[in-house]
Amino acid sequence: MRALRFDRKPLRYAAAFVAGSLSPGKGAAVGPLALVDDDPPALPSPDWVTIRPRLAGICGSDLSTVDGTSSRYFEPIVSFPFVPGHEVVADAPDGARVVVEPVLGCVTRAINPPCPACARGDLGNCERLAYGVLEPGLQTGFCCDTGGGWSTAMVAHPSQLHRVPDAMSDEAAVMVEPTACAVHAALAAGVHEGDTVVVLGSGTLGLLTIAALRHFTPAGAIIAAARYPEQKRWARTFGATTVCDPPELARTVRRATGSLAYREQLTGGADAVVDCVGSEGSITESLAIVKPRGQITLVGMPAGVKLNLTTLWHRETRLVGAYAYGTETLASGERRRTFELAFELVAAAGLERLVSATYPLRDYKAALEHAATAGRRGAVKVCFDLRSEKGR
Amino acid sequence: MPRPGFVLDVDRSTPPTLFWHGDGFRLERLPAGRTRVIYPPEPLPAITDVDARIRNALEHPIDSDPLSALLFPGMKLTIAFDDVSLPLPKMRRPDLRQRIIEAVLDSAADAGVDDVALIAALALHRRMTEDELRHAVGDRVYDAFAPRGLLTQHDAEDPENLAYLGTTPHGEEIEINKRAAESDLLVYVNINLVAMDGGWKSTATGLASYRSLRHHHNPATMQASHSFMDQHRSELHKSNWRMGKVLRDAGVKIFQIETTLNNDTFPSPFEFLGKREWEWSARDRGLYVAASKSLAKVPTRTARKIFQSIEAPHQMTSIQCGEVEAVHKVTTENVYRQQLVEVQGQTDILTMGIPYICPYNVHSVMNPILVMCTGLGYFFNLYRGKPLVREGGVVIMTHPTPWEFNPVHHPSYIDFFEECLADTTDPHVLSQKYEERYANDEWYRHLYRTGYAYHGVHPFYMWYWGSHGMQHCGKVIVVGGEPRSVRRLGFTPASSMDDALEIASDAVGRDATITHFHTPPVMMADVR
Repeated sequence: MRALRFDRKPLRYAAAFVAGSLSPGKGAAVGPLALVDDDPPALPSPDWVTIRPRLAGICGSDLSTVDGTSSRYFEPIVSFPFVPGHEVVADAPDGARVVVEPVLGCVTRAINPPCPACARGDLGNCERLAYGVLEPGLQTGFCCDTGGGWSTAMVAHPSQLHRVPDAMSDEAAVMVEPTACAVHAALAAGVHEGDTVVVLGSGTLGLLTIAALRHFTPAGAIIAAARYPEQKRWARTFGATTVCDPPELARTVRRATGSLAYREQLTGGADAVVDCVGSEGSITESLAIVKPRGQITLVGMPAGVKLNLTTLWHRETRLVGAYAYGTETLASGERRRTFELAFELVAAAGLERLVSATYPLRDYKAALEHAATAGRRGAVKVCFDLRSEKGR
Repeated sequence: MPRPGFVLDVDRSTPPTLFWHGDGFRLERLPAGRTRVIYPPEPLPAITDVDARIRNALEHPIDSDPLSALLFPGMKLTIAFDDVSLPLPKMRRPDLRQRIIEAVLDSAADAGVDDVALIAALALHRRMTEDELRHAVGDRVYDAFAPRGLLTQHDAEDPENLAYLGTTPHGEEIEINKRAAESDLLVYVNINLVAMDGGWKSTATGLASYRSLRHHHNPATMQASHSFMDQHRSELHKSNWRMGKVLRDAGVKIFQIETTLNNDTFPSPFEFLGKREWEWSARDRGLYVAASKSLAKVPTRTARKIFQSIEAPHQMTSIQCGEVEAVHKVTTENVYRQQLVEVQGQTDILTMGIPYICPYNVHSVMNPILVMCTGLGYFFNLYRGKPLVREGGVVIMTHPTPWEFNPVHHPSYIDFFEECLADTTDPHVLSQKYEERYANDEWYRHLYRTGYAYHGVHPFYMWYWGSHGMQHCGKVIVVGGEPRSVRRLGFTPASSMDDALEIASDAVGRDATITHFHTPPVMMADVR
């Protein structure tokens, strides 16, 4: 099979960090990622199956890995070498198209009884990510045993596979996994009827979060900060009521909420903030614009950041993370798998429109650079197209 | 004998024309054979014994008893005066307001009046700083009144200190400063820089609340004022005069003091700015080069500081006191005497250099909204008869137009620029969709009342101020302006005057006539 493989090569990883810092996405050219011909991964246990990716998306966490900027926190829950790619629509052995739910929870690891989180259906919170029949790996795409979507073949546990309806295109299906993240974030954001919600960042995750907030929550005004014209257009399309440039965000929130201000800090602010950037600046700004006792939901993956948390203490702000997916509790009390909700939202909102470009594996450097600079190039989601790869 | 204004027909021998360009200048060679340049009249002779003339005017008012006869022991006397927006640039000490107020206070003391209060007539402008107040009224007056709370600044958002006096037949509500309304006598001290200053506008605008001001500070009134400077054709003027009648009927007794200045605007080393280019001496040319080069090299902040520190040498040319309307009639004639320039016919393209200052950015930043207001609100409206530019013609301004605001003075301007102008530049839509929210925003209200911020609604008024110009002109081009902010204003950016004229030719043709309005110093075109 052909695959993009990420090896543990510290010097190359350092080089990727330097290159990626200078120009996003350039880490691919000098880092540990390489296009290889390799054997497909062996089945970890008899119930696993080999699947053949059709489209595989490039996610922000993939880019962090490629550019050498991801947190060292992940080291114990990643195993090398791995094939990245966890946003995957693939062909199953029975010919059906499937979307992969990549979290490698207790069921996939043959751990029985499962941990309390997996028992509840909250796979994203699995407590056994480094144990069981698999090598460590928080998700498919970060585990040496499973392979990943940036290849012509990988393995998956049947519990990870969601059948794609015939009417749904591959482009729509590849958006299901990131949409599930957004649905989970929107439902974790603590939004009540008529609340003013701010979404920071209008990359893929930000835009999907706006769509999820509008579709699954009773949010009133949704204020989005977006840097580029295409992002602004999509943000409005998916339900943002106000879209502003990032430097204008605090003033926009102040106006919308009728707040006063102490210098940079609003006295009131938004009921909820969903931070899809995850940087020091975005978290600091979130703290400044959320109302007392409001909630900041951190969806963008932060690394090490330095924060002044006085405002969090003084205003009793809740800062919570939202990672991946599992099972959601809807306002009605109904419990549903996040992926089911994501399938529903992708179809309802036409999210396949966000797939802006596809590349063959051999053009991976260009693909990763495109993904890293998607916003300013008018793109949103960039994917690898494996459908006509040799050796598939 | 000062020379009157002059209209120069540009030919090949004409030297380049000076354009203001914010905190700097530029020299532009305008096309020969189809361009004319309008120069202001030279400064009128100043009154030499100012203090004597002031005292004489107070005792020989027009259609009124002398001030001394209106003063009596036990009365409540209020003296209101124009704020930091007048005159421009600020005048050298002693400011005229100081000299007049001191004379009025002397009369009050002679009459045994104890209850005297001074009010800076801010309307919805920002509050003045202590330095600015001291400059306007002088240290002696400031120290005597301010510490005892008797020198205050009008607060248009203080419900406890506003008095509702009635409504005009047109439904215009009149609500003004309570102390002024309830005084036995209100003395209003004006510096009338342009023809629309003074008259009933002093009290009906300067001491009014938003509830009152909204009746004439709106797009319909502004677009129906042709121009603000021509009281016979100004809807703004008519509205203020209607309000004045209500004030009079409500028993508000006003002793109006109006003064006019000559247009001796720029001190050394900037005197060349008031001269005609072909009359520049070698020294003037040297000063121009030195000023231009050094201003271009220093940081914007420094250049701004240099300009904002200019104190104009302008001098008083007249003072008249008494009944509001009678006084204002004489004042207007005196303003016209200094400022009017007769111009034959309109032009296809009107060019204007936008300077570093306008009434609303004293000690502050000339932000893009104020650039628009200065060009289309003020300079465009400095006409009597017909606008200088024909309907559908082009206005070309020169100004850097940076996307920059003073957050202390103009907080709601930033929001207006970011939110409202991103949506529309139509003054009617802005008025209907956004004005009320901005006018009643608690944060802007707080900053206006306790800080140094213009009222939340003020950027709307600036926009309305230019609405007649916007409606009249086919295109507005800004030379040398930051493209992003120029476009946000709804205008077209151009990198040079040649580019601007090329762009303008799409609207008015290649042989279009051009008129450059060479101001400041302030003048007014009497277009025949």
